[in-house]
Amino acid sequence: MHNIFVYCEIEDGQVAEVSLELLSKGRSLANRLKCKLEAVVIGSDIKGIEKQIFPFGADVVHIADDNRLYPYLTLPHAAIVRGLFEDEKPQIGLFGASSVGRDLAPRIASALKCGLTADCTSLEIGDHTENKTQKEYKDLLYQIRPAFGGNIIATIINPETRPQLATVREGVMKKEHVSSDHKGIVKNIDPSKWLKDEDFAIRIIERHIESRKVNIKNAGIIVAGGYGVGSKENFRLLYDLAAVLGGEVAGSRAAVDGGFIEHERQVGQTGVTVRPKLYIACGISGQIQHRAGMDQSAIIISVNNDPHAPINQIADYTIIGDITEIIPKMIKFYQKNTK
Amino acid sequence: MRLCLILRRKNLMYICHLIFKMNHKKMKGLKIIVLAKQVPDTRNVGKDAMKADGTVNRAALPAIFNPEDLNALELALRVKDNNPDASITIITMGPGRAAEIIREAMYRGADKGYVVTDRKFAGSDTLATSYALSLAIKKLAPYHLVIAGRQAIDGDTAQVGPQVAEKLGIPQITYAEEITSLKKGEISVKRRLERGVETVASSMPVVITAHSSAPECRSRHAKYTIKYKHARSLSELQDTSEDYLQLQKDRPYLLIEEWSVEDVGADVQQLGLSGSPTKVKKIENVIFTAKESKVLSATDKDIEGLMKELIENHTIG
Repeated sequence: MHNIFVYCEIEDGQVAEVSLELLSKGRSLANRLKCKLEAVVIGSDIKGIEKQIFPFGADVVHIADDNRLYPYLTLPHAAIVRGLFEDEKPQIGLFGASSVGRDLAPRIASALKCGLTADCTSLEIGDHTENKTQKEYKDLLYQIRPAFGGNIIATIINPETRPQLATVREGVMKKEHVSSDHKGIVKNIDPSKWLKDEDFAIRIIERHIESRKVNIKNAGIIVAGGYGVGSKENFRLLYDLAAVLGGEVAGSRAAVDGGFIEHERQVGQTGVTVRPKLYIACGISGQIQHRAGMDQSAIIISVNNDPHAPINQIADYTIIGDITEIIPKMIKFYQKNTK
Repeated sequence: MRLCLILRRKNLMYICHLIFKMNHKKMKGLKIIVLAKQVPDTRNVGKDAMKADGTVNRAALPAIFNPEDLNALELALRVKDNNPDASITIITMGPGRAAEIIREAMYRGADKGYVVTDRKFAGSDTLATSYALSLAIKKLAPYHLVIAGRQAIDGDTAQVGPQVAEKLGIPQITYAEEITSLKKGEISVKRRLERGVETVASSMPVVITAHSSAPECRSRHAKYTIKYKHARSLSELQDTSEDYLQLQKDRPYLLIEEWSVEDVGADVQQLGLSGSPTKVKKIENVIFTAKESKVLSATDKDIEGLMKELIENHTIG
């Protein structure tokens, strides 16, 4: 009872990266709170899925295996997670801030009338004293996230309601393998206990999921562009530089919204979090949501015509000027000096 | 009588026509509710909105129609394009001045609007907000579609849409890009997922949240802009010397109704701070602190020097 639960997403029989990262975070929170870590997996044809989960430290894996449960549908998954949470009464529930997690978690929070914080960038355990009543709360989950367009960092708590729910994006938490020998208990769920016919009010007609082609998360060098790049054509320059340096191209949310680059290359709070050894930010102003996704980079170079762009303040090098002039020069002098 | 009917070609065509009319009739009176929010424009925090200590002066940010709520409105307008009998009602929750976005929606083709406004709503988190909105929606029942933006740019939570759906006890289709078909009580919607697209079919009523990749909202229509130019809410009327009362008596569609806690029949305990399980423990203003940074120019010398340095310390190459 009162354990930490992680909802594990399934993609083609594999537990999603974000879920493994959350299991790792869940493990360290469980150690801190001296409680158990439990995983929930809902899908079809997932016999043996626990083998992917135990190495990340789960003590219990709840499995609902039914041919109607994959691909993900909101209502049946919500009914099962809700039912399980009502029975098991977890103190914390973690979901990936993915298309699935952000669709599912609010539905659960509403049904259980409990608090949920989206897109946390950090999760900690701490105490709280209510100002008015002086009531003390021990070991709450601090859900930390940028808010208000990234201009503030808020620490959110749920003093009274349980479970305390949070979603976290892929790449924010670090995946940590506990031990290949770590073993836990498998508990099979009979989904019919909670499912009703109405839960299948939505059916999938067509589904087209692209395989993971772009992988900016693991790139050692990233050339990223913001709205200041100006156009899709100018983004070609970034691709040229990335090709020469052996890196990947990424973009800020403004660049994605501007249609310069596809969403899967977005770095930041609502995109991917990256930690390359070199991050070249071209025409990126550097709002906090973007910086949250890249400020762990070893070396940051900002190329910007605005000497006062906020990104310059976290950059190791700032080159003031026009990217259409600077990038070709970077390519030229790189090629000149390497053989 | 029906048994006696001989299915000659002419009759068959007549029956087809009847069936067509019946289908059409089903969609007649299609009621669409659009949820929208007026938000501070957090995307472009200019220097004017920065205080001397490096924090943001929120009051200095302009109030705008939340971008994805405009995508939601466009999805609704496209349904109405194909079903001229459909009606679009827009609901917003916020301070009295949020009537501005209702007017904006009317200029683009919405038929009616309500501002859910009361000081008792203040401090509501997504759970309390969705509770209040769901009560307002229930007041407008029967409805067929509830369309909202995926998320608002001041919070980026994307929680209110699904939570409203749960409170209404109806399905949800999140991240909608396009409504691909709508007939006989069934709707098909194309959804934008992280790494792909999915088309789903659902019964109605259903809550749909619009993704930013859905079509951009059309601009104002001259005819509607003239028609609704003088649409006002009661609290707006208090601040004006013009005689709107007579105008609204003659043209009732110019009244933007305001709904209080009592009007939607909400339990005050489930609103505001008391109805919000999430509490803000701490807020830190983001202060842009400078780090040691080498500033270079675009000259050949500076750039060659930098590239050499990066090659020498094995960052690249």
